[in-house]
Amino acid sequence: MWRALRRTIPARHRGVTLAGLLVVGALALAAALASTVVPGSPTEIARDLALRPPSWAQPFGMDDLGRSMLSRVVHAYRVSLGVALGSVGLALLTGVPLGLVAGYAEGVLDQLIMRPLDVLMSFPAILLAIALMSVFGTGVVLVAVSLAVVYTPIVARVVRAAVLAVKVEVYVDGARALGAAVPRLVLRHILPNAATPILVQASVLMAIAILVEASLSFLGVGVRPPTPSLGLMLADGRGFMLQAPWMVIFPGLAIMAAVLGFNMVADGLRDWLDPHQAAGR
Amino acid sequence: MALAVPLLLGMSVLIFGLMRLVPGDPAVAVLGYKATPEGIAALREAFHLDDPIPEQYLRWLGAAARGDLGHDFRQNEPIGRMILDRLPVTLELTGLAALCTALIGVPLGLLAGGRRGGGTDRAALAVGLIGVSIPDFWLGIMLILGLSLGAGLLPSGGWVPFAESPVENLVHLTLPALTLALSRAAVLGRLTRAAVLDTMHRGFVQYARAKGLGERAILFRHVLPNAAIPIVTVLGLQVGYMLGGAIVVEMIFTLPGLGRMTLDAVLERNYPVVQSAVLVIGAMFMLVNLVTDVLYGAIDPRMRRR
Repeated sequence: MWRALRRTIPARHRGVTLAGLLVVGALALAAALASTVVPGSPTEIARDLALRPPSWAQPFGMDDLGRSMLSRVVHAYRVSLGVALGSVGLALLTGVPLGLVAGYAEGVLDQLIMRPLDVLMSFPAILLAIALMSVFGTGVVLVAVSLAVVYTPIVARVVRAAVLAVKVEVYVDGARALGAAVPRLVLRHILPNAATPILVQASVLMAIAILVEASLSFLGVGVRPPTPSLGLMLADGRGFMLQAPWMVIFPGLAIMAAVLGFNMVADGLRDWLDPHQAAGR
Repeated sequence: MALAVPLLLGMSVLIFGLMRLVPGDPAVAVLGYKATPEGIAALREAFHLDDPIPEQYLRWLGAAARGDLGHDFRQNEPIGRMILDRLPVTLELTGLAALCTALIGVPLGLLAGGRRGGGTDRAALAVGLIGVSIPDFWLGIMLILGLSLGAGLLPSGGWVPFAESPVENLVHLTLPALTLALSRAAVLGRLTRAAVLDTMHRGFVQYARAKGLGERAILFRHVLPNAAIPIVTVLGLQVGYMLGGAIVVEMIFTLPGLGRMTLDAVLERNYPVVQSAVLVIGAMFMLVNLVTDVLYGAIDPRMRRR
């Protein structure tokens, strides 16, 4: 992956992308190895340690039930990153084919696909996610699925736009003239050349997914309580804000770190792809 | 413009369909342990729950078009009234936040874009990237922790109507509006910078420079008006997103707005309220985007011909 990046991304944009990938990679690694890299269990209750401030052994302090905040934060990354990966993965699985078909076919088929997706896009993302959660219930999987529903139209729109731009290229005409069938044309010649904007969008969506999962859990319509989630931890910590500010400070910083990581990846990629749009979003 | 009506219809179908997918009998959910077969039957009758679904939809839509959103399951309050009572809170919060976003974001972007690659530019870029990554509900908590509980400068929540005391009203809305605005201001700042950089190397800017105009005059008189379209687009989009963000902010700062009402209704499984509130917020979101489109023409005469 590193070698591929080095080949494709010019040096001056590599820094941000790489730093972002490093942050995300480190967090993902910590989450995967959670039980071995951090001391203490995320769920073990120790009343006598309740609300202990940060120390060398427990740099994030203890929560109101005497659970290690560090351990909870690291374990909560499993939910954050899992939801981010799951929702964006699902949205790509549904949105990419829809966008490919809509962009390649145009006309009636395009309208049939895109107009209903426009309806989904006419709601603020978090509102639609809340509405979906209210109907289908709470839990990690449902958060990921709800987010995937919210994301599918966004992915489809990006893919469609990319396909519209790529399909008029000469090499596509060339392949068509050589007798390539439509599926081959779309998958071999159009999709790979439309992949970069999709990649940028995917990293932005990952960042947003982490924020939205935390927001939903914070509001009580996301992940269910025994599972450590950064949003739930913030909701718990709110009640102890004055006695134990570490209960709200660290989960928030943790969310920020992960979101920042994905945003840096997206920024670096975007800078390199489209210097004009570089800082805009 | 012409798309607004079918879009609104699509939204209403989506929400209505979604609410019919709720597992379990809403009548049982409302009556709870007191539910008797007769009570359930009476409630189902009163809310027309036994009619065919398309008929229920058309009845709801017809009434909604006349401004009647029905009654809620719990207190039997008219939902239209509930929404109208809470609407001013959300509108004022969003309006103030939009103002803050523009007042922070645009100067930040001008500062950064005016001197590309300089120290200010780098600092502004870093601030922008961090700002984009801050969860707004956490920012709200931190602001409460620092400015209201810590320093005792501003109230941590609550609502005073503007008519009662304009000063108190603004004091209570300062932190919520800032919470909603800061991360959006970061996005707007980044975009303003990009738009300014894009305009900076156009011919008319070089001409202005050649005729001896100062950098400041160039920036404000020539660059900013020409960079305004993307800035307004993003600000418009952000006002829309703020309607969603308001849900979280109203919850943290205990503001009696539309977002909090929606969330409460979701948590209480008060589906008629959820249904109407989601539609109203969605319609407002669409309206904001529509107004943004219309504003293009006002800002840039070139857009009027389309």
